[in-house]
Amino acid sequence: MAKYLLLKHYRGGPKPHPNAEAQMDRWTPEEISAHIGFMGQVADDLRERGEFVDAQALAAEGEFVRYGGAGEPPVTDGPFAETKDLIAGWMIIDVESKERAHEVAAHLSSAPGLGGKPLHEWIEVRPFMVEPPVVE
Amino acid sequence: MIDEHLLRELTPQVLGVLVRRGADFAAAEDAVQDALVEAVRRRNGEAPDDPKAWLVTAAWRKFLDARRSASARALREVAVTLEPPPGPAEQADDTLLLLSRCCHPALTPASAIALTLRAVGGLTTAQIARAFLVPEATMAQRISRAKRTLAGESFERPGDVRAVLRVLYLMFDQGFAAGDPGAADADLAVEAIRLTRQLAASVPGDPEVAGLLALMLLHHARRAARFDASGELVPLARQDRSRWDTAMIAEGVELLQGALVRDRLGEYQAQAAIAALHDDAPSAEETDWPQILEWYDELLRLVPGNPVVVLNRAVAVGHVDGPLAGLRLVEELAPGLPRREAVAAYLQERAGDYAGAARRYAAAAEAASSTAELTHLLKQAARLNRAADPRPPD
Repeated sequence: MAKYLLLKHYRGGPKPHPNAEAQMDRWTPEEISAHIGFMGQVADDLRERGEFVDAQALAAEGEFVRYGGAGEPPVTDGPFAETKDLIAGWMIIDVESKERAHEVAAHLSSAPGLGGKPLHEWIEVRPFMVEPPVVE
Repeated sequence: MIDEHLLRELTPQVLGVLVRRGADFAAAEDAVQDALVEAVRRRNGEAPDDPKAWLVTAAWRKFLDARRSASARALREVAVTLEPPPGPAEQADDTLLLLSRCCHPALTPASAIALTLRAVGGLTTAQIARAFLVPEATMAQRISRAKRTLAGESFERPGDVRAVLRVLYLMFDQGFAAGDPGAADADLAVEAIRLTRQLAASVPGDPEVAGLLALMLLHHARRAARFDASGELVPLARQDRSRWDTAMIAEGVELLQGALVRDRLGEYQAQAAIAALHDDAPSAEETDWPQILEWYDELLRLVPGNPVVVLNRAVAVGHVDGPLAGLRLVEELAPGLPRREAVAAYLQERAGDYAGAARRYAAAAEAASSTAELTHLLKQAARLNRAADPRPPD
Protein backbone atom coordinates (compact mmCIF):
# COMPACT_ATOMS: atom_id res chain seq x y z
CA MET A 1 0.00 0.00 0.00
CA ALA A 2 1.14 3.52 -0.67
CA LYS A 3 -0.21 6.87 0.39
CA TYR A 4 -1.02 9.58 -2.13
CA LEU A 5 -1.96 13.19 -1.71
CA LEU A 6 -4.67 14.32 -4.13
CA LEU A 7 -4.55 18.08 -4.40
CA LYS A 8 -7.45 20.15 -5.60
CA HIS A 9 -6.58 23.65 -6.84
CA TYR A 10 -8.60 26.86 -6.92
CA ARG A 11 -6.21 28.13 -9.57
CA GLY A 12 -3.09 27.02 -11.39
CA GLY A 13 -2.10 23.76 -13.01
CA PRO A 14 -2.46 22.87 -16.70
CA LYS A 15 -5.02 24.59 -18.95
CA PRO A 16 -8.51 23.80 -17.58
CA HIS A 17 -11.10 21.71 -19.41
CA PRO A 18 -14.00 23.90 -20.76
CA ASN A 19 -16.35 22.39 -18.15
CA ALA A 20 -14.06 23.60 -15.35
CA GLU A 21 -13.72 27.21 -16.53
CA ALA A 22 -16.77 28.75 -14.82
CA GLN A 23 -16.22 30.00 -11.23
CA MET A 24 -18.40 28.25 -8.66
CA ASP A 25 -20.32 31.45 -7.90
CA ARG A 26 -21.79 31.20 -11.43
CA TRP A 27 -23.35 27.80 -10.60
CA THR A 28 -26.86 27.33 -9.17
CA PRO A 29 -27.15 26.47 -5.44
CA GLU A 30 -28.41 23.01 -6.45
CA GLU A 31 -25.34 22.48 -8.61
CA ILE A 32 -23.10 23.43 -5.68
CA SER A 33 -24.98 21.00 -3.39
CA ALA A 34 -24.66 18.24 -5.98
CA HIS A 35 -20.93 18.89 -6.24
CA ILE A 36 -20.38 18.81 -2.47
CA GLY A 37 -22.60 15.74 -2.12
CA PHE A 38 -20.50 13.96 -4.72
CA MET A 39 -17.27 14.76 -2.86
CA GLY A 40 -18.74 13.44 0.38
CA GLN A 41 -19.85 10.28 -1.36
CA VAL A 42 -16.36 9.71 -2.78
CA ALA A 43 -14.90 9.99 0.73
CA ASP A 44 -17.51 7.56 2.09
CA ASP A 45 -16.79 5.05 -0.68
CA LEU A 46 -13.06 5.27 0.05
CA ARG A 47 -13.74 4.73 3.77
CA GLU A 48 -15.81 1.67 2.95
CA ARG A 49 -12.99 0.30 0.78
CA GLY A 50 -10.44 0.86 3.55
CA GLU A 51 -8.51 3.40 1.48
CA PHE A 52 -9.41 6.70 3.17
CA VAL A 53 -6.85 8.55 5.31
CA ASP A 54 -7.82 12.21 5.42
CA ALA A 55 -9.63 15.02 3.60
CA GLN A 56 -9.41 18.75 4.31
CA ALA A 57 -10.51 21.93 2.58
CA LEU A 58 -8.54 25.16 2.73
CA ALA A 59 -9.81 28.73 2.76
CA ALA A 60 -8.88 30.75 -0.32
CA GLU A 61 -7.20 33.44 1.80
CA GLY A 62 -3.67 33.25 3.20
CA GLU A 63 -0.16 34.70 3.03
CA PHE A 64 3.43 33.65 2.53
CA VAL A 65 5.47 34.07 5.72
CA ARG A 66 9.21 33.93 6.38
CA TYR A 67 11.78 34.59 9.11
CA GLY A 68 12.61 38.29 9.28
CA GLY A 69 15.86 38.07 11.25
CA ALA A 70 16.73 38.06 14.99
CA GLY A 71 14.31 40.21 16.99
CA GLU A 72 12.38 41.18 13.85
CA PRO A 73 8.73 40.31 13.17
CA PRO A 74 7.94 37.69 10.50
CA VAL A 75 7.95 39.01 6.93
CA THR A 76 4.72 38.43 5.05
CA ASP A 77 3.77 38.49 1.40
CA GLY A 78 0.11 38.37 0.47
CA PRO A 79 -2.75 38.00 0.04
CA PHE A 80 -2.03 35.70 -2.89
CA ALA A 81 -1.92 37.28 -6.35
CA GLU A 82 -4.70 36.31 -8.76
CA THR A 83 -2.27 34.44 -10.99
CA LYS A 84 -0.77 32.30 -8.28
CA ASP A 85 -1.27 28.54 -8.03
CA LEU A 86 -3.72 28.13 -5.17
CA ILE A 87 -4.53 24.90 -3.33
CA ALA A 88 -8.19 24.39 -2.40
CA GLY A 89 -7.85 21.23 -0.37
CA TRP A 90 -6.66 17.68 -0.34
CA MET A 91 -7.55 14.07 0.10
CA ILE A 92 -5.06 11.50 1.34
CA ILE A 93 -5.60 7.90 0.27
CA ASP A 94 -3.76 4.65 1.03
CA VAL A 95 -4.03 2.40 -2.03
CA GLU A 96 -2.57 -0.67 -3.65
CA SER A 97 -1.04 0.99 -6.73
CA LYS A 98 -0.36 4.19 -8.62
CA GLU A 99 -3.03 3.11 -11.12
CA ARG A 100 -5.59 2.98 -8.31
CA ALA A 101 -4.51 6.45 -7.12
CA HIS A 102 -5.06 7.78 -10.64
CA GLU A 103 -8.44 6.06 -10.80
CA VAL A 104 -9.52 7.80 -7.57
CA ALA A 105 -8.21 11.17 -8.82
CA ALA A 106 -10.07 10.79 -12.12
CA HIS A 107 -13.23 9.89 -10.24
CA LEU A 108 -12.88 12.99 -8.06
CA SER A 109 -12.35 15.03 -11.22
CA SER A 110 -15.65 13.75 -12.62
CA ALA A 111 -17.57 15.64 -9.90
CA PRO A 112 -20.60 17.44 -11.36
CA GLY A 113 -20.26 21.17 -12.06
CA LEU A 114 -22.19 23.70 -14.11
CA GLY A 115 -25.26 22.11 -15.69
CA GLY A 116 -24.51 18.88 -13.79
CA LYS A 117 -21.80 18.03 -16.31
CA PRO A 118 -18.53 16.39 -15.15
CA LEU A 119 -15.98 19.08 -14.27
CA HIS A 120 -12.86 17.36 -15.65
CA GLU A 121 -10.82 19.53 -13.27
CA TRP A 122 -7.12 18.76 -12.83
CA ILE A 123 -6.21 16.90 -9.64
CA GLU A 124 -2.54 16.89 -8.65
CA VAL A 125 -1.42 13.40 -7.52
CA ARG A 126 1.69 13.19 -5.31
CA PRO A 127 3.12 10.03 -3.73
CA PHE A 128 4.20 10.20 -0.07
CA MET A 129 7.78 9.43 0.81
CA VAL A 130 7.95 5.87 2.13
CA GLU A 131 10.44 3.97 4.26
CA PRO A 132 13.71 2.69 2.82
CA PRO A 133 13.75 -0.95 1.65
CA VAL A 134 15.51 -3.57 3.74
CA VAL A 135 17.45 -5.66 1.25
CA GLU A 136 21.03 -4.60 0.61
CA MET B 1 -6.03 -11.97 35.35
CA ILE B 2 -4.45 -13.58 32.33
CA ASP B 3 -1.10 -12.19 31.23
CA GLU B 4 -1.37 -10.21 27.98
CA HIS B 5 1.54 -12.01 26.37
CA LEU B 6 -0.11 -15.36 27.06
CA LEU B 7 -3.41 -14.07 25.69
CA ARG B 8 -1.79 -13.23 22.38
CA GLU B 9 -0.07 -16.60 22.30
CA LEU B 10 -3.40 -18.33 22.85
CA THR B 11 -5.38 -16.30 20.31
CA PRO B 12 -4.62 -18.40 17.21
CA GLN B 13 -5.00 -21.65 19.17
CA VAL B 14 -8.45 -20.69 20.40
CA LEU B 15 -9.43 -19.49 16.94
CA GLY B 16 -8.29 -22.83 15.55
CA VAL B 17 -10.44 -24.74 18.02
CA LEU B 18 -13.55 -22.76 17.06
CA VAL B 19 -12.91 -23.19 13.37
CA ARG B 20 -12.39 -26.93 13.71
CA ARG B 21 -15.67 -27.16 15.62
CA GLY B 22 -17.31 -25.80 12.50
CA ALA B 23 -17.55 -22.05 13.18
CA ASP B 24 -17.32 -19.82 10.15
CA PHE B 25 -13.96 -18.04 10.11
CA ALA B 26 -15.21 -14.45 10.37
CA ALA B 27 -17.67 -15.29 13.15
CA ALA B 28 -15.02 -17.30 15.01
CA GLU B 29 -12.58 -14.43 14.76
CA ASP B 30 -15.13 -11.96 16.12
CA ALA B 31 -15.98 -14.34 18.96
CA VAL B 32 -12.33 -14.74 19.94
CA GLN B 33 -11.86 -10.96 19.95
CA ASP B 34 -14.91 -10.60 22.20
CA ALA B 35 -13.56 -13.25 24.52
CA LEU B 36 -10.22 -11.45 24.69
CA VAL B 37 -11.99 -8.24 25.61
CA GLU B 38 -13.74 -10.09 28.42
CA ALA B 39 -10.44 -11.58 29.56
CA VAL B 40 -8.89 -8.12 29.75
CA ARG B 41 -11.93 -6.80 31.68
CA ARG B 42 -11.39 -9.55 34.22
CA ARG B 43 -7.99 -8.06 35.05
CA ASN B 44 -8.88 -7.73 38.73
CA GLY B 45 -10.23 -11.24 39.03
CA GLU B 46 -8.42 -14.49 39.62
CA ALA B 47 -6.45 -16.00 36.74
CA PRO B 48 -8.11 -19.22 35.61
CA ASP B 49 -6.20 -22.48 36.15
CA ASP B 50 -6.32 -23.30 32.46
CA PRO B 51 -6.38 -19.99 30.53
CA LYS B 52 -6.73 -21.69 27.16
CA ALA B 53 -9.74 -23.74 28.25
CA TRP B 54 -11.25 -20.61 29.79
CA LEU B 55 -10.76 -18.68 26.55
CA VAL B 56 -12.15 -21.49 24.41
CA THR B 57 -15.25 -21.65 26.58
CA ALA B 58 -15.66 -17.87 26.58
CA ALA B 59 -15.11 -17.58 22.83
CA TRP B 60 -17.49 -20.45 22.13
CA ARG B 61 -20.16 -18.77 24.24
CA LYS B 62 -19.62 -15.51 22.36
CA PHE B 63 -19.95 -17.41 19.11
CA LEU B 64 -23.18 -19.03 20.26
CA ASP B 65 -24.52 -15.68 21.52
CA ALA B 66 -23.90 -14.15 18.12
CA ARG B 67 -25.64 -17.04 16.44
CA ARG B 68 -28.57 -16.77 18.83
CA SER B 69 -29.05 -13.10 18.31
CA ALA B 70 -28.92 -13.68 14.56
CA SER B 71 -31.90 -16.00 14.65
CA ALA B 72 -34.22 -17.42 17.29
CA ARG B 73 -34.55 -20.64 15.36
CA ALA B 74 -30.78 -21.03 15.32
CA LEU B 75 -30.90 -20.78 19.11
CA ARG B 76 -32.70 -24.10 19.49
CA GLU B 77 -30.53 -25.93 16.97
CA VAL B 78 -27.29 -24.51 18.26
CA ALA B 79 -28.08 -25.10 21.90
CA VAL B 80 -28.82 -28.74 21.19
CA THR B 81 -26.16 -29.62 18.67
CA LEU B 82 -23.24 -27.32 19.28
CA GLU B 83 -22.75 -27.30 23.03
CA PRO B 84 -18.97 -27.56 23.53
CA PRO B 85 -17.66 -30.81 24.88
CA PRO B 86 -16.28 -30.57 28.45
CA GLY B 87 -12.65 -31.22 29.29
CA PRO B 88 -9.37 -29.71 28.17
CA ALA B 89 -9.09 -27.83 24.87
CA GLU B 90 -7.58 -29.64 21.91
CA GLN B 91 -3.82 -29.49 21.52
CA ALA B 92 -3.61 -29.80 17.73
CA ASP B 93 -1.59 -27.07 16.03
CA ASP B 94 -3.68 -24.96 13.66
CA THR B 95 -1.06 -22.29 13.01
CA LEU B 96 -0.57 -23.11 9.33
CA LEU B 97 -4.30 -23.58 8.78
CA LEU B 98 -5.04 -20.11 10.21
CA LEU B 99 -2.11 -18.38 8.55
CA SER B 100 -2.89 -19.76 5.14
CA ARG B 101 -6.46 -18.61 5.61
CA CYS B 102 -5.34 -15.06 6.45
CA CYS B 103 -2.73 -15.04 3.68
CA HIS B 104 -5.13 -16.35 1.04
CA PRO B 105 -4.07 -15.39 -2.52
CA ALA B 106 -7.46 -13.73 -3.10
CA LEU B 107 -6.37 -10.96 -0.69
CA THR B 108 -4.02 -8.09 -1.48
CA PRO B 109 -0.79 -8.25 0.57
CA ALA B 110 -1.84 -5.24 2.68
CA SER B 111 -5.18 -6.85 3.55
CA ALA B 112 -3.52 -10.18 4.27
CA ILE B 113 -1.01 -8.53 6.62
CA ALA B 114 -3.77 -6.66 8.47
CA LEU B 115 -5.97 -9.76 8.83
CA THR B 116 -3.02 -11.89 9.96
CA LEU B 117 -2.06 -9.36 12.63
CA ARG B 118 -5.60 -9.25 13.92
CA ALA B 119 -6.63 -12.89 13.71
CA VAL B 120 -3.37 -14.70 14.43
CA GLY B 121 -1.21 -11.98 15.96
CA GLY B 122 -3.95 -10.92 18.37
CA LEU B 123 -3.34 -7.18 17.83
CA THR B 124 -6.21 -4.73 18.13
CA THR B 125 -7.52 -2.90 15.07
CA ALA B 126 -6.29 0.37 16.64
CA GLN B 127 -2.74 -0.96 16.96
CA ILE B 128 -2.73 -2.17 13.35
CA ALA B 129 -4.13 1.16 12.16
CA ARG B 130 -1.33 3.02 13.94
CA ALA B 131 1.28 0.74 12.40
CA PHE B 132 -0.08 1.54 8.94
CA LEU B 133 -0.69 5.25 9.74
CA VAL B 134 -4.33 5.14 8.71
CA PRO B 135 -7.49 5.95 10.73
CA GLU B 136 -8.85 3.10 12.83
CA ALA B 137 -12.14 3.13 10.87
CA THR B 138 -10.24 2.65 7.61
CA MET B 139 -8.35 -0.32 9.04
CA ALA B 140 -11.57 -1.81 10.45
CA GLN B 141 -13.07 -1.62 6.96
CA ARG B 142 -9.99 -3.15 5.39
CA ILE B 143 -10.13 -6.09 7.79
CA SER B 144 -13.85 -6.68 7.40
CA ARG B 145 -13.56 -6.48 3.61
CA ALA B 146 -10.79 -9.08 3.77
CA LYS B 147 -13.07 -11.34 5.81
CA ARG B 148 -15.90 -10.86 3.32
CA THR B 149 -13.55 -11.77 0.47
CA LEU B 150 -12.77 -15.02 2.25
CA ALA B 151 -16.34 -15.82 3.21
CA GLY B 152 -16.94 -17.97 0.13
CA GLU B 153 -13.64 -19.87 0.25
CA SER B 154 -13.42 -23.37 1.65
CA PHE B 155 -11.30 -23.78 4.74
CA GLU B 156 -10.65 -27.40 5.57
CA ARG B 157 -7.02 -27.91 4.64
CA PRO B 158 -4.07 -25.57 4.92
CA GLY B 159 -3.28 -23.62 1.76
CA ASP B 160 0.06 -22.90 0.17
CA VAL B 161 2.80 -22.18 2.68
CA ARG B 162 4.59 -20.03 0.02
CA ALA B 163 1.76 -17.47 0.10
CA VAL B 164 2.08 -17.32 3.90
CA LEU B 165 5.83 -16.82 3.71
CA ARG B 166 5.42 -13.99 1.22
CA VAL B 167 2.98 -12.15 3.50
CA LEU B 168 5.20 -12.62 6.55
CA TYR B 169 8.18 -11.39 4.55
CA LEU B 170 6.31 -8.24 3.49
CA MET B 171 5.11 -7.70 7.07
CA PHE B 172 8.69 -7.90 8.31
CA ASP B 173 9.92 -5.58 5.57
CA GLN B 174 7.30 -2.99 6.39
CA GLY B 175 8.05 -3.10 10.10
CA PHE B 176 11.79 -3.23 9.71
CA ALA B 177 11.91 -0.27 7.38
CA ALA B 178 9.86 1.87 9.74
CA GLY B 179 12.66 2.05 12.31
CA ASP B 180 11.94 1.95 16.00
CA PRO B 181 8.25 2.23 16.91
CA GLY B 182 7.06 3.78 20.13
CA ALA B 183 6.94 1.45 23.11
CA ALA B 184 3.15 1.32 23.15
CA ASP B 185 2.77 0.44 19.48
CA ALA B 186 2.87 -2.74 17.51
CA ASP B 187 6.23 -3.51 15.98
CA LEU B 188 5.49 -5.27 12.70
CA ALA B 189 9.02 -6.67 12.40
CA VAL B 190 8.76 -8.27 15.84
CA GLU B 191 5.26 -9.54 15.05
CA ALA B 192 6.51 -11.07 11.78
CA ILE B 193 9.32 -12.84 13.61
CA ARG B 194 6.91 -14.12 16.27
CA LEU B 195 4.47 -15.45 13.68
CA THR B 196 7.25 -17.03 11.59
CA ARG B 197 8.55 -18.71 14.74
CA GLN B 198 5.09 -20.13 15.38
CA LEU B 199 4.91 -21.32 11.79
CA ALA B 200 8.38 -22.88 11.96
CA ALA B 201 7.38 -24.78 15.10
CA SER B 202 4.23 -25.96 13.34
CA VAL B 203 5.90 -27.14 10.09
CA PRO B 204 9.43 -28.03 11.21
CA GLY B 205 10.34 -29.88 8.01
CA ASP B 206 10.14 -26.93 5.62
CA PRO B 207 13.58 -25.39 4.95
CA GLU B 208 12.12 -22.22 3.41
CA VAL B 209 10.15 -21.48 6.60
CA ALA B 210 13.39 -21.85 8.58
CA GLY B 211 15.16 -19.84 5.87
CA LEU B 212 12.71 -16.96 6.20
CA LEU B 213 13.00 -16.97 10.00
CA ALA B 214 16.79 -16.95 9.66
CA LEU B 215 16.61 -14.09 7.15
CA MET B 216 14.48 -12.02 9.52
CA LEU B 217 16.75 -12.64 12.51
CA LEU B 218 19.92 -11.92 10.53
CA HIS B 219 18.52 -8.54 9.46
CA HIS B 220 16.82 -7.75 12.75
CA ALA B 221 20.13 -8.28 14.58
CA ARG B 222 21.47 -5.12 12.85
CA ARG B 223 18.46 -2.97 13.47
CA ALA B 224 19.89 -0.89 16.32
CA ALA B 225 22.81 0.17 14.12
CA ARG B 226 20.72 1.00 11.05
CA PHE B 227 19.71 4.52 12.07
CA ASP B 228 21.85 7.02 13.96
CA ALA B 229 20.75 9.09 16.95
CA SER B 230 19.20 11.75 14.70
CA GLY B 231 17.22 9.16 12.73
CA GLU B 232 19.44 9.16 9.65
CA LEU B 233 20.00 5.96 7.71
CA VAL B 234 23.44 4.41 8.28
CA PRO B 235 24.55 2.25 5.33
CA LEU B 236 25.76 -1.26 6.13
CA ALA B 237 29.41 -0.42 5.47
CA ARG B 238 29.41 2.35 8.08
CA GLN B 239 27.35 0.68 10.79
CA ASP B 240 28.80 0.27 14.26
CA ARG B 241 29.08 -3.52 14.25
CA SER B 242 29.48 -3.68 18.02
CA ARG B 243 25.79 -2.74 18.20
CA TRP B 244 24.72 -5.83 16.26
CA ASP B 245 22.94 -8.50 18.30
CA THR B 246 25.38 -11.42 18.22
CA ALA B 247 23.04 -13.86 19.96
CA MET B 248 20.38 -13.21 17.34
CA ILE B 249 22.94 -13.64 14.55
CA ALA B 250 24.04 -16.95 16.06
CA GLU B 251 20.44 -18.17 16.16
CA GLY B 252 19.89 -17.10 12.55
CA VAL B 253 23.05 -18.84 11.35
CA GLU B 254 22.13 -22.04 13.17
CA LEU B 255 18.63 -22.03 11.67
CA LEU B 256 20.06 -21.39 8.21
CA GLN B 257 22.58 -24.22 8.52
CA GLY B 258 19.81 -26.58 9.60
CA ALA B 259 17.77 -25.54 6.57
CA LEU B 260 20.61 -25.78 4.05
CA VAL B 261 21.51 -29.38 4.95
CA ARG B 262 18.05 -30.42 3.74
CA ASP B 263 19.31 -29.56 0.28
CA ARG B 264 16.12 -27.88 -0.92
CA LEU B 265 17.34 -24.39 -1.63
CA GLY B 266 14.84 -21.53 -1.94
CA GLU B 267 15.01 -17.77 -2.24
CA TYR B 268 14.66 -17.09 1.49
CA GLN B 269 17.54 -19.43 2.34
CA ALA B 270 19.70 -17.77 -0.34
CA GLN B 271 18.85 -14.28 0.94
CA ALA B 272 19.55 -15.42 4.49
CA ALA B 273 22.94 -16.77 3.39
CA ILE B 274 23.83 -13.35 1.96
CA ALA B 275 22.70 -11.62 5.17
CA ALA B 276 24.70 -14.12 7.23
CA LEU B 277 27.88 -13.36 5.28
CA HIS B 278 27.44 -9.64 5.93
CA ASP B 279 26.77 -10.34 9.62
CA ASP B 280 29.86 -12.53 9.79
CA ALA B 281 32.31 -9.82 8.65
CA PRO B 282 34.14 -8.11 11.57
CA SER B 283 34.43 -4.98 9.38
CA ALA B 284 33.10 -3.83 6.00
CA GLU B 285 36.55 -4.36 4.47
CA GLU B 286 36.60 -7.98 5.59
CA THR B 287 33.30 -8.83 3.87
CA ASP B 288 33.55 -12.07 1.91
CA TRP B 289 32.32 -10.65 -1.40
CA PRO B 290 33.30 -13.66 -3.56
CA GLN B 291 31.04 -15.90 -1.45
CA ILE B 292 28.28 -13.30 -1.44
CA LEU B 293 28.49 -13.18 -5.24
CA GLU B 294 28.13 -16.97 -5.39
CA TRP B 295 24.95 -16.71 -3.35
CA TYR B 296 23.61 -13.96 -5.61
CA ASP B 297 24.23 -16.31 -8.54
CA GLU B 298 22.21 -18.98 -6.73
CA LEU B 299 19.48 -16.47 -5.91
CA LEU B 300 19.29 -15.33 -9.52
CA ARG B 301 18.85 -18.95 -10.62
CA LEU B 302 15.86 -19.16 -8.25
CA VAL B 303 14.28 -15.85 -9.36
CA PRO B 304 15.57 -15.43 -12.93
CA GLY B 305 15.69 -11.87 -14.22
CA ASN B 306 14.48 -10.29 -10.96
CA PRO B 307 15.76 -6.70 -11.44
CA VAL B 308 16.24 -6.02 -7.71
CA VAL B 309 18.43 -9.12 -7.40
CA VAL B 310 20.34 -8.17 -10.58
CA LEU B 311 20.95 -4.70 -9.10
CA ASN B 312 22.14 -6.01 -5.74
CA ARG B 313 24.29 -8.60 -7.47
CA ALA B 314 25.95 -5.77 -9.42
CA VAL B 315 27.28 -4.37 -6.12
CA ALA B 316 28.84 -7.75 -5.33
CA VAL B 317 30.29 -7.93 -8.86
CA GLY B 318 31.70 -4.43 -8.31
CA HIS B 319 33.59 -5.69 -5.25
CA VAL B 320 34.79 -8.92 -6.85
CA ASP B 321 35.49 -8.05 -10.50
CA GLY B 322 35.93 -4.29 -10.15
CA PRO B 323 33.49 -1.35 -10.20
CA LEU B 324 33.40 -1.04 -13.98
CA ALA B 325 32.19 -4.64 -14.32
CA GLY B 326 29.43 -3.85 -11.83
CA LEU B 327 28.55 -0.63 -13.64
CA ARG B 328 28.11 -2.45 -16.96
CA LEU B 329 25.47 -4.65 -15.32
CA VAL B 330 23.67 -1.64 -13.84
CA GLU B 331 23.57 0.12 -17.22
CA GLU B 332 21.64 -2.83 -18.65
CA LEU B 333 18.79 -2.32 -16.16
CA ALA B 334 15.72 -0.20 -16.89
CA PRO B 335 16.37 3.51 -16.08
CA GLY B 336 13.38 3.89 -13.75
CA LEU B 337 14.33 1.01 -11.43
CA PRO B 338 14.40 2.20 -7.78
CA ARG B 339 17.97 2.58 -6.38
CA ARG B 340 19.54 2.05 -9.82
CA GLU B 341 21.18 5.49 -9.84
CA ALA B 342 22.31 5.15 -6.23
CA VAL B 343 24.08 1.85 -6.97
CA ALA B 344 25.60 3.34 -10.14
CA ALA B 345 26.87 6.34 -8.15
CA TYR B 346 28.42 4.06 -5.54
CA LEU B 347 30.26 2.04 -8.20
CA GLN B 348 31.29 5.14 -10.12
CA GLU B 349 32.91 6.59 -7.01
CA ARG B 350 34.76 3.34 -6.42
CA ALA B 351 35.98 3.58 -10.02
CA GLY B 352 37.44 7.00 -9.18
CA ASP B 353 34.99 9.11 -11.21
CA TYR B 354 34.03 11.52 -8.43
CA ALA B 355 32.32 14.16 -10.58
CA GLY B 356 30.22 11.51 -12.35
CA ALA B 357 29.40 9.89 -9.00
CA ALA B 358 28.30 13.24 -7.55
CA ARG B 359 25.95 13.84 -10.49
CA ARG B 360 24.46 10.37 -10.17
CA TYR B 361 24.01 10.72 -6.38
CA ALA B 362 22.15 13.99 -6.99
CA ALA B 363 19.96 12.30 -9.62
CA ALA B 364 19.36 9.39 -7.24
CA ALA B 365 18.31 11.85 -4.51
CA GLU B 366 15.73 13.37 -6.82
CA ALA B 367 14.21 9.93 -7.40
CA ALA B 368 14.41 8.83 -3.73
CA SER B 369 11.19 7.42 -2.34
CA SER B 370 12.07 7.82 1.34
CA THR B 371 13.30 10.79 3.35
CA ALA B 372 16.06 8.72 4.99
CA GLU B 373 17.34 7.73 1.54
CA LEU B 374 16.99 11.29 0.26
CA THR B 375 19.12 12.69 3.10
CA HIS B 376 21.71 9.97 2.70
CA LEU B 377 22.04 10.46 -1.09
CA LEU B 378 22.15 14.26 -0.86
CA LYS B 379 24.97 13.99 1.66
CA GLN B 380 26.90 11.66 -0.64
CA ALA B 381 26.56 14.14 -3.52
CA ALA B 382 27.50 17.05 -1.22
CA ARG B 383 30.55 15.19 0.13
CA LEU B 384 31.89 14.55 -3.38
CA ASN B 385 31.12 18.07 -4.62
CA ARG B 386 32.82 19.54 -1.57
CA ALA B 387 35.93 17.40 -2.14
CA ALA B 388 36.10 18.57 -5.78
CA ASP B 389 35.52 22.22 -4.94
CA PRO B 390 36.41 22.97 -1.31
CA ARG B 391 34.81 26.11 0.08
CA PRO B 392 37.41 28.58 1.40
CA PRO B 393 37.44 28.78 5.22
CA ASP B 394 35.38 31.66 6.67
